Amino acid sequence: MNSAGTIKGQTGDWEIVIGMEVHAQVLSDAKLFSGASTAFGAEPNSQVSFIDAGMPGMLPVINRRCVEQAVRTGLGLNAKINLTSVFDRKNYFYPDLPAGYQISQYKSPIVGEGEVLIDLADGTTIPVGIERLHLEQDAGKSLHDQHPDHSYLDLNRAGVALMEIVTKPHMRSSEQAAAFLRKLRAIVRYLGTCDGNMDEGSMRADVNVSVCRAGGYDKFRATGAFEHLGTRCEVKNVNSLRFIAQAVEYEARRQVDILETGGTIRQETRLFDAKAGETRSMRSKEEAHDYRYFPDPDLLPLVLDAAWVGEIRKSLPELPDEKKARFVTLGLSAYDASVLVAERDTADYYEAMLASGAEAKAAANWLNNEYFGRLNKAGLAIADGPIPAKANSAIVQMVSSNLISGKIAKDLCDIVWNEGGDPREIVEARGLRQVTDTGAIEKAVDAVIAANPDKVEEVKAKPKLAAWFVGQVMKQTGGKANPQAVNAILKSRLGLPEEG
Amino acid sequence: MSELTDLTLAEARDAVRAKKVSSVELTRAFTGAVEAARPLNAFVTETPERALEMAKASDARIAKGEGGLLEGLPLAIKDLFCTKGVRTTAGSNILSNFVPPYESTVSQNLWDAGAVMLGKTNMDEFAMGSSNETSHFGPVFNPWRSRSSNAKLVPGGSSGGSAAAVSGSLCLAATGTDTGGSIRQPAALSGIVGLKPTYGRCSRYGIVAFASSLDQAGPMTRTVRDAAILMRAMASVDPRDSTSVDVPVPDYEAGLDAGVKGLRVGIPKEYRIDGAPPEIDALWAEGVAWLKAQGAEIVDVSLPHTKYALPTYYIVAPAEASSNLARYDGVRFGRRAQGVRDIVDLYEKSRAEGFGREVQRRIMIGTYVLSSGYYDAYYIRAQKLRSLIARDFDEAYKKCDVLLAPATPCPAFAVGEKTADPVSMYLNDVFTVPVNLAGLPAIAVPAGLTKDGLPLGLQIIGKAFDEATVLRAGRAIEVAADFNAKPERWWRAA
Repeated sequence: MNSAGTIKGQTGDWEIVIGMEVHAQVLSDAKLFSGASTAFGAEPNSQVSFIDAGMPGMLPVINRRCVEQAVRTGLGLNAKINLTSVFDRKNYFYPDLPAGYQISQYKSPIVGEGEVLIDLADGTTIPVGIERLHLEQDAGKSLHDQHPDHSYLDLNRAGVALMEIVTKPHMRSSEQAAAFLRKLRAIVRYLGTCDGNMDEGSMRADVNVSVCRAGGYDKFRATGAFEHLGTRCEVKNVNSLRFIAQAVEYEARRQVDILETGGTIRQETRLFDAKAGETRSMRSKEEAHDYRYFPDPDLLPLVLDAAWVGEIRKSLPELPDEKKARFVTLGLSAYDASVLVAERDTADYYEAMLASGAEAKAAANWLNNEYFGRLNKAGLAIADGPIPAKANSAIVQMVSSNLISGKIAKDLCDIVWNEGGDPREIVEARGLRQVTDTGAIEKAVDAVIAANPDKVEEVKAKPKLAAWFVGQVMKQTGGKANPQAVNAILKSRLGLPEEG
Repeated sequence: MSELTDLTLAEARDAVRAKKVSSVELTRAFTGAVEAARPLNAFVTETPERALEMAKASDARIAKGEGGLLEGLPLAIKDLFCTKGVRTTAGSNILSNFVPPYESTVSQNLWDAGAVMLGKTNMDEFAMGSSNETSHFGPVFNPWRSRSSNAKLVPGGSSGGSAAAVSGSLCLAATGTDTGGSIRQPAALSGIVGLKPTYGRCSRYGIVAFASSLDQAGPMTRTVRDAAILMRAMASVDPRDSTSVDVPVPDYEAGLDAGVKGLRVGIPKEYRIDGAPPEIDALWAEGVAWLKAQGAEIVDVSLPHTKYALPTYYIVAPAEASSNLARYDGVRFGRRAQGVRDIVDLYEKSRAEGFGREVQRRIMIGTYVLSSGYYDAYYIRAQKLRSLIARDFDEAYKKCDVLLAPATPCPAFAVGEKTADPVSMYLNDVFTVPVNLAGLPAIAVPAGLTKDGLPLGLQIIGKAFDEATVLRAGRAIEVAADFNAKPERWWRAA
């Protein structure tokens, strides 16, 4: 499969079309309609108000903070904010749904159409349309493994605010689907509206996958008519970026295999089994619940003040796309810039390095080529790494000002990583300053030449051997010699051409 | 004064304040009356011990010169209001063991004003009924009996226990709730005053929900003055109820006797219905004459969508109820069926055993009208009609200040007389339902007796949040009607 999402079948090419519904837990201290806490990992049923438990006569009251977070997210998705929206009841029976209905927004969501730019591996970006964002309550959790023939309930999560973000079917490959989710996560983290932790379940994706004959998607985009697309299946329970790619590829292939053997796709909900790497049927369209949506009579329509929305807009932080554009103006490549902005922590770290004096491109290269590798190897997130931004900035600055060599910089990084400390003090204390004194370098070069007459002969035939001389000189100087100076002096002493 | 229990709320208040009678004396008189009236089945739960404790605390406050608007005054609370630590059943088997860990805002307002709780009154299950015959705890009997027969009559519903308790002098006053007439209809059938305030006037927090967009709490009393006093204490804006409205609560009692001179009273022609007993129309005509004689200006008005009110109501209310009652599933509280196979079996058996027939009927109607494919035809059209019904009132109020209408199409009827035919039962609310759909305030005031000696009520309907004018016009009816008949206390001999 390529990035345009084409599958080669027996009977011709097929295109993959993907839309997504993402549930993002709103970062707020209290639940959507009650004052109970939302903290993760508390004792079961310790964060349940009478409202959350669906007690008789209890009434929901909207949490202003959750509304603000939804608006903030909508603005971050470049979406239309609906100044009037309506909460509806979605009715169904399940033990983890105490009231017998979920309060959600059905016909009138708080946020309408928007757009997210996703960044692909080849450095290009493509737009993915947002259909809507609405606020709704999360359900509680059924625990089936506590007792042989009883189930237990934990209602801590019941009533926690979720944003359901629905995309248009604008993604064309598993790579794009994963890139969308990564970008969405970055945006909500920048905004501080969701922590984006997929392993804690605070961000969960349902992926709608369909396949159509080559050309079908373009016809759909030209006309807006869904008939040009295939029948979709909704894949639930996709809880990581890696699983999204797996789930999409498996599901698309499954659909192509059915179609090519003369079958038809049933519209259905499927569950992704991460262990088996496959999707399985959960329920067909015919088995779908009749949710009997109707406006919740306990809540008035949610009416927002345009001025308040304006204030939220003004308070938005710089988002990944804007930051990336700014980084590019500092001299970074689009690719390097997109790597640095992909996570808010990374961008913050990078900017802290710049703030304490590092040059933009040098700092970016140092992070991308050196520091990130070390973090990956150690399995650490940037926020948990042992070297503060200021220290890495100092290392980069010392390289830029020729105070230390690139080689020493790496050694210095090892020291700071393992022992901590101020890089500048370490350089002074341990005498790691680069030797830029030409006289001293000349002396070392001459000594190496004198000691290796055979090599001197060889290098005249094979100029690549010059590197061996550089290594010897560096060894002699304890790595402190300025490599450019060593190169220049060696070349002139050995009579080699300047370039080569 | 013959008996303490014959005092009005206002008289008792003044007597307690003047220390002519203590709250404990008053309370003992009422707990005795409650006990003696058990044949009426007006109470689901009596709380005489709590009442005495509250009365003692009131007397202590009064001794210190303190005390609220209702200090030391014994009241009955409809069993739809959650009362902390006191069983609250909503008249249903499914809540027959439910003791709320919280207090409704309205009842809390009353305790904050110093009132004393005598107990929880019987009611139609989940407030669904017009005769108090759907209660899991059995029917309530009307203190009134007809002259021609000793047959037991219904007190109306759903606040039938409260109506009987007030009418039979088992309390000074009671709370009720009115979703389609559940305060005004039993008030009329039991010869007492019942006020349904504007939607949003009282908090719904802690009141077991029937139909959230229609439910309102209100006072049930023996006089209009008492309704004014109790209304003031019950009403409040409440941050815990998003539909409560922040409008100042006036001293309704202050302007009560200002009269109706110059008041424009509308007479809605659509409230004249075929087949209604002639006594109802005659009383209505008398009401017109009384108000006119006191200087009111009588105006003919039209509420053209009135005939759609009942069908609209019987779509909107069951739709909301079907959702509101989904929480009674036997999982977290209330009655749980035993010996079940799985969760679906638990739901089905708990709900089949826990809900009575009328509640089941309305859950099914509500589920049906919200179902995919029927929603537009029923629920959406009902919402449109609801808007038209509300607009009828807006139009009428361009020509008048209040409306005068009968409260009910008939007097109290015999127990069992209408239970076989739900539609004939639903017709009891034909004059009250439009008011709920429009969210307006209305009062039922006893205005006369049938030839057979049964009470009949007239209804004053007002503009939103104009309870003061409604009470003032109600008071004018009360003065003119000079209704002072009382039921014989036949239950004491029983």
